[in-house]
Amino acid sequence: MTNLSCTLYAVPGASPGPPFLARRALWWLAFALMLGMLVRPAAAAESTAFEQALGNLATTNFKQKERAVGELLDARHANTRTVLNALLEGNLYYRKDDKRVFIGAAQDTSLRLQDPLTMSDAGIADASDCTKITTNNQLRKALKSALASFDLADPDADVRLAAVNELLRSLDADRVSILRARQSSENNDAVRTAIQTGLAIADLDSADADVRLAAVDQLEGSLNPEAFNRLSASVARADDGSYAEPDENVRNAARAALNAINNWRSFYSTLETLFFGLSLGSVLVLAAIGLAITFGVMGVINMAHGELMMLGAYTTYVIQLLMPQHIGASVLVAIPVAFAVAGGVGVLIERGVMRFLYGRPLETLLATFGVSLVLQQIVRDIFSANNRPVETPAWMAGSLQVNEAFSITYNRLYVVLFMLIVFAILQLVLKKTSLGLKVRAVAQNRAMAKSMGVRTEWVDALTFGLGSGIAGVAGVALSQLTNVGPNLGQSYIIDSFMVVVFGGVGNLWGTLIGGMSLGVVNQALEPYAGAVLAKILVLIALILFIQRRPRGLFPQKGRAAES
Amino acid sequence: MRKTKPGGLKQLAAAIALMSAMAAQAADTIKVGVLHSLSGTMAISETTLKDTVLMLIDEQNKKGGVMGKKLEAVVVDPASNWPLFAEKAEQLLVKDKVSVVFGCWTSVSRKSVLPVFEKNNGLLFYPVQYEGEESSKNVFYTGAAPNQQAIPAVDYLMNEVGVKRWVLAGTDYVYPRTTNKILEAYLKAKGVKDEDIMINYTPFGHSNWQRIVADIKKFGSAGKKTGVVSTINGDANVPFYKELGNQKISAEDIPVVAFSVGEEELSGIDTKPLVGHLAAWNYFMSVDTPANAEFIKKWRAFIKNNKRVTNDPMEAHVIGFNMWVKAVEKAKSTEVSKVIDAMVGIEVPNLSGGTAKMLPNHHLTKPVLIGEVRADGQFDTVWQTDGLVPGDAWSDYLPGSKDIEADWVKLKCGNYNTKTLKCSGQNYE
Repeated sequence: MTNLSCTLYAVPGASPGPPFLARRALWWLAFALMLGMLVRPAAAAESTAFEQALGNLATTNFKQKERAVGELLDARHANTRTVLNALLEGNLYYRKDDKRVFIGAAQDTSLRLQDPLTMSDAGIADASDCTKITTNNQLRKALKSALASFDLADPDADVRLAAVNELLRSLDADRVSILRARQSSENNDAVRTAIQTGLAIADLDSADADVRLAAVDQLEGSLNPEAFNRLSASVARADDGSYAEPDENVRNAARAALNAINNWRSFYSTLETLFFGLSLGSVLVLAAIGLAITFGVMGVINMAHGELMMLGAYTTYVIQLLMPQHIGASVLVAIPVAFAVAGGVGVLIERGVMRFLYGRPLETLLATFGVSLVLQQIVRDIFSANNRPVETPAWMAGSLQVNEAFSITYNRLYVVLFMLIVFAILQLVLKKTSLGLKVRAVAQNRAMAKSMGVRTEWVDALTFGLGSGIAGVAGVALSQLTNVGPNLGQSYIIDSFMVVVFGGVGNLWGTLIGGMSLGVVNQALEPYAGAVLAKILVLIALILFIQRRPRGLFPQKGRAAES
Repeated sequence: MRKTKPGGLKQLAAAIALMSAMAAQAADTIKVGVLHSLSGTMAISETTLKDTVLMLIDEQNKKGGVMGKKLEAVVVDPASNWPLFAEKAEQLLVKDKVSVVFGCWTSVSRKSVLPVFEKNNGLLFYPVQYEGEESSKNVFYTGAAPNQQAIPAVDYLMNEVGVKRWVLAGTDYVYPRTTNKILEAYLKAKGVKDEDIMINYTPFGHSNWQRIVADIKKFGSAGKKTGVVSTINGDANVPFYKELGNQKISAEDIPVVAFSVGEEELSGIDTKPLVGHLAAWNYFMSVDTPANAEFIKKWRAFIKNNKRVTNDPMEAHVIGFNMWVKAVEKAKSTEVSKVIDAMVGIEVPNLSGGTAKMLPNHHLTKPVLIGEVRADGQFDTVWQTDGLVPGDAWSDYLPGSKDIEADWVKLKCGNYNTKTLKCSGQNYE
């Protein structure tokens, strides 16, 4: 009878699935109809087992809950899947007085209950009369694995692939047999490869040397970490000189496979370090590029640069508050707004403070430092000293899984792309627009530009506004990577100056190359030296470099540079 | 001018009358010092504790005060400035002559006020979990010692989750380094091999976690169940958990147990990437007991904010305050020496349904709770110790402190070496 119920319970998921299962199900259905009398008591027994298992869920002991989940699976009731799903999502409750289990939907302080046995409405209960059946990590893992076996017959290949990967996370004899049954009827390549890898890992335990050899061949070139662990373990020599793998041929094959896997792994790990470096470098360039304009082109030391980035980050927060339904779009909207806000504040600083201090670098430094403190305190007064939660839009979360050894996180990837776009636009503005022409003219020779009719005062204000606006845009990017708080600016100001000085003052390309190389060097050092020491080493190397080449990587040439 | 003069005189007279009335009243009150930073970096956490003490005093006064006298709070602001803590403590003890002080958060602030309390024979209740290795006659430690937080958390991961490989990740300062030293010794004593322990320190406010998280991922894919014990402090946690989420490391595969992430910290951040990760405390706001429900209700009414959360150090102050009241009533005096003697052995109910008892080493018995972070920033308790764990001032897993014992009843010493049979007094080395 278990066979019968098993097939029946496979039917709902299997309907568009493999034909043989459906045929078998039909056959059993006919059989069941014919023997209707015989089936009914069995269904009743099934319900009792299900009911009992449900009752066992009403506990605070996680071990008992895990057993109850196993019993629910064994009961093979039509509602098993719904109940397990409700448990995973935290919608399963038990009533305190009679310990009956219900599926509940929360409505303010009350719960709309549903009887899991009949799926019928069971009225509304007060939330305080029911206790939620909580899950822990182990239980959730078991639940996901159990639900995955239902998903193996899903029509969507992605769902099936996820289900197979879920099963592979905790492989045991039951799951191996489920996968083996699925293997032949699977028609999607990716899913089949995943199943084959899983089965090959399981086959490494086979008693038959040929099966093991075939499994090793199958695993050659696989980047699955489990495959790597198992192969390494099989060729490792124990203390008494024996090997985990008794057969010489299999061992040799395993060694060859491991060699290939190791080569790929180190290749991808280099690639990973490079990407980490580029992404860190992009953050540095984004932070520094605005400064490259104000400090590099105008020669003004703006200590409030970090706070302008902070304003950009807070702008993102405010925009998210204004459009809570569209978090995905909010970040895009925040970019121009942050540019306007930070740029506007930048123009105000220039008109209100800086223009009285041109040519007096020390005073400028102190004045802008004062401005930075004022900006920080304003933000503290408006938003409080606590960090503000900026949400990450769904399209920026997660990672692009290139293969099992290499993945790229989306937020970092977008930051790299974003930096390149900002850089390109800035280059265009400086090289192709009339503003850019004037900016360059004023930077090279202020007196001459003035005598040619350029309103240098306005150019100064706009240049400073442009640099500040870019800082605001960088702040939007930073809001996705780090904490948004009043101290955000301070943690980036030193890095920004470092990049600009290293790249060569007055040269945007220098900033780009300088930021990127600092990022890559830092990330290449980190695995060996640790985060703290890597930072120190980079700083020391930078100081030595500046001693040799005080004008940075790409020094400005010509008469303008001499002054 | 002419008109205002008599009025001014009247006001002066009224003020004098008021002041003498206050002085008369002051004689009838018991002064309670509150030494928590209300500005600077620690204000975020410590302001809540100041409000908690004010609420407790308010409540006690409504019940008629202590021994028929009203309590009067003396609040000072040490401004997250460690030397200023000592100055303010001196002011509370010498000038204001308070009977008891509730205060401090960071270990460095506690170390700063310690000599002041010992010199002036003051009484301090310290409510935060800390690294241990200390026991002073004048201080009662109502937060957790390492054996009431770190060690049980590791036990949980080892026995219940089956963790075999360990990442000890922390911020680079004294609390994580001491705690990790204890944990490393503990793990090795349990037979964990060197190659199965990875230790990593990062600077304050670290935000670029991609390399470290990738390393943890690699470390965790060696075929053995891996867990992370995090003593990462404050701000740096958000990008850390975000990076874990982005690199698709779920709590089911590599659980992270944190010692300094509580309800208050979670209330300011986007908790989605943290769901399922663990925290070890002695109290969770989600604990389902009548005492806790009543406390939350009172707290929200007092602070006039229906969204405010409660946390572990707040419970510690509740316990400490109630113990002090009991001790004063037992000693029938607020004199510090008498209260200190009366304190040991006092029992008060905690908020999670048990009883906290003050031990001779000036630490408490506490339940240890492990909770998993929920999407709403609260914790689901997934495990707790069977009974109460007595706080151990000197860790049994560090070579130096193994033989040290603290007992203020029999030995009259906070630093007694059981091998050399010597009391090193107040030299905590």
